[in-house]
Amino acid sequence: MIRKKRLNRLGTGLFTFISIFYVLPVVVVLFNSFKKKSYINLEPFKLPNETTFTGVDNYTTAINQYDFLKAVGWTVFITVGSVLVILICTSMCAWFITRVKNRVTKGIYILCVFSMVVPFQMVMFTLSLVTDRLGLGTPWGLIIIYLGFGAGLAVFMFCGFVKSIPIEIEEAAMIDGCSPIRTFFSVVLPIMKPTYISVGILETMWIWNDFLLPYLTLDIKKYKTISIVIQYMKGSYGRVDMGAIMAALIMAVIPVVIFYLSCQKHIIKGVAAGAVKG
Amino acid sequence: MEKAIKRYFPIFLLPTLIAFTIGFIVPFIMGIWLSFCEFTTVTDATFVGLSNYIKAFQDPVFLHSFWYTALFAVVSLVVINVIAFAIALALTQKLRGTNIFRTVFFMPNLIGGIVLGYIWQLIFNGLLAPFATALNLNEWYGFWGLIILVAWQQIGYMMIIYIAGLQSIPGDVMEAAAIDGASGPQRLFKVTIPMMMPSITICTFLSVVNGFKLFDQNLSLTAGEPSKMSEMLALNIYNTFYGRTGWEGVGQAKAVVFFILVVAIGLIQLKATRSKEVQQ
Repeated sequence: MIRKKRLNRLGTGLFTFISIFYVLPVVVVLFNSFKKKSYINLEPFKLPNETTFTGVDNYTTAINQYDFLKAVGWTVFITVGSVLVILICTSMCAWFITRVKNRVTKGIYILCVFSMVVPFQMVMFTLSLVTDRLGLGTPWGLIIIYLGFGAGLAVFMFCGFVKSIPIEIEEAAMIDGCSPIRTFFSVVLPIMKPTYISVGILETMWIWNDFLLPYLTLDIKKYKTISIVIQYMKGSYGRVDMGAIMAALIMAVIPVVIFYLSCQKHIIKGVAAGAVKG
Repeated sequence: MEKAIKRYFPIFLLPTLIAFTIGFIVPFIMGIWLSFCEFTTVTDATFVGLSNYIKAFQDPVFLHSFWYTALFAVVSLVVINVIAFAIALALTQKLRGTNIFRTVFFMPNLIGGIVLGYIWQLIFNGLLAPFATALNLNEWYGFWGLIILVAWQQIGYMMIIYIAGLQSIPGDVMEAAAIDGASGPQRLFKVTIPMMMPSITICTFLSVVNGFKLFDQNLSLTAGEPSKMSEMLALNIYNTFYGRTGWEGVGQAKAVVFFILVVAIGLIQLKATRSKEVQQ
């Protein structure tokens, strides 16, 4: 028993050590974001000192020169908009194709599952042509694209849940005079709440961090997302401002950490639920 | 009831269906068709048969990126799953601070690929600088750099799935094995791992497919440097599309090959692991 206790203490110590190493990369970036840009590549592992410290200059550069906050705004808009639209539309679609059984609905289901395995590279070129032709290269248009490309996983997960809802509940509601729309929104939707959260979390994680799809479809002279701005800062012509990049990386990580710490339980549940998609 | 619902199909079905058609079905079919064409925009597409595919397989950079990616997928699969499984085993013991450790290990998973790439670029170049070298000077630095990066990113994710699996193993099975005199390693290999096969299937599948599809991290960490030697499949396809005019058709052919490859790997891998699953 005593041996086991000692072993546990050793384990805790070991994992504390590993955990510190785990967050170290972000910490290194954090203190580099307060250094003058010319010192960052020279001595990345040294804490800022009197000569290298530059206060929040890097942050103001990132915000003023690269319009970072605007990018944050568009990313929030695209993510929130797309996730809400995906949740409402795909849950309705999933309920419909599970409750109405015929060849068409079965075909839609199979197509949705199929679309989950297709890598984005397969459709990226043609998708950017289609969005261009239809004039969907705006944040509003992107919401439609995300609904289309993200529908597979969402429909699949919602269908899995709808199958487990006893149909009698809905029948009772309809006999009592509810229209299908009312039945869906006041009976089915509340029952599916946990699935809404799981799907919402998974789609949020995907869309917030997505780079290539917005990069290829958005009119990036006008609209940039966080990932696009950071890639642009590094890849744009002229001198690379390492200081501004460090500040941008930290500003990109902060909302994610806040989001994670505030709904950690749901995120972990969502991940575990989404894993079934394998 | 079915009939009543059916009448409402424009409201329930149509929005998703239209978006799905624009966002997936049309681009997919067009993609298949264009892989047999030569074009720069769709309007000037002319049918050229299999010549795009032949060109794709004659492209030495494409073949190199294929082997590079395959090796990457295998190595990352082993590294991620072994470490994630070990951590999951340790964190399901009654250690103090388990919840904090889980929180920390999962965190990198939520950070985007582009951001991750630049974070690690700073770290790796800082570590390599004393040796008068850099990440973009050697394809194997890039390789191991990417392995460390994706391990850092995905271990937490796989750990969550493994922990969920471990917690669903009934306690009496482990107890029975212990009473029958099974040693620690025996219990691990004869009881825990067979019982965990469903989770292992999911995690290995996810990490192989993730390895093959890796793009953002590859672009931001090395961007294929030195001279396309650390370019993986997805990035190679991207560069074929947007880096070489006149090669759009070849890019699309590569994309079709890539798509078939990802699906095939998924199927083979799923079948191989599923056959080892035990009935609970």
